Amino acid sequence: MSITVKFFASLREQVGQPEAEVSENVVKTVADVWNTTTNDMSIPENTLMAVNMDYVESTHAVKAGDEVAFFPPVTGG
Amino acid sequence: MLIEIKDSPFEPYQRLLEYQSAAGFAGKYGATAVFVGSMREFNQGDDVEAMLLEHYPGMTEKYLQKISEEAAKKWDILDSLIVHRIGEMLPNDPIVLVAVWSAHRAAAFDASRYLMEELKSRAPFWKKENLVEGERWVDKNT
Repeated sequence: MSITVKFFASLREQVGQPEAEVSENVVKTVADVWNTTTNDMSIPENTLMAVNMDYVESTHAVKAGDEVAFFPPVTGG
Repeated sequence: MLIEIKDSPFEPYQRLLEYQSAAGFAGKYGATAVFVGSMREFNQGDDVEAMLLEHYPGMTEKYLQKISEEAAKKWDILDSLIVHRIGEMLPNDPIVLVAVWSAHRAAAFDASRYLMEELKSRAPFWKKENLVEGERWVDKNT
């Protein structure tokens, strides 16, 4: 069971893909997930991160089966 | 307490009336606070022809539910309703409806303000504007 990664809005366009999979064996934190799935692209300032649909910091630990998401500041309403 | 994400245009006042008629609090409420947000034809000095609203299916609903529950804990309200559009929109289309019912006005006013402010800062929605010169992501909420 791997980790599912999702990118939204302008970040999806910058990364060039809406979704990715990463093995839990090669990542420990949300920051690792970003680096692995984007080939170490520098993360845009103000990027928001979520694990299993809850906001987290980049140091948050990840495990098999997690859904990790990266997206820009939200602009609803 | 209800949240709805709609991928086609909706009429907020009609939805409000339907919801209120079907709700079980007739005779209990003395105040209804209603906020309707609509799409402008201008933003940051530019004409906006159309807009695309994207969301994070699952997380958006989770956060709208979360803020609705927070409001119900903080204030003495009877019920709340949030309806939010996604997809392609045109100027003047309603984007969001927030309604709160309470016995007295203060709770309805305060809770509806809270729901809108929290929605704007925490619910994962993103706007992409269609300008004459091309497309542009809205980078922050005002």
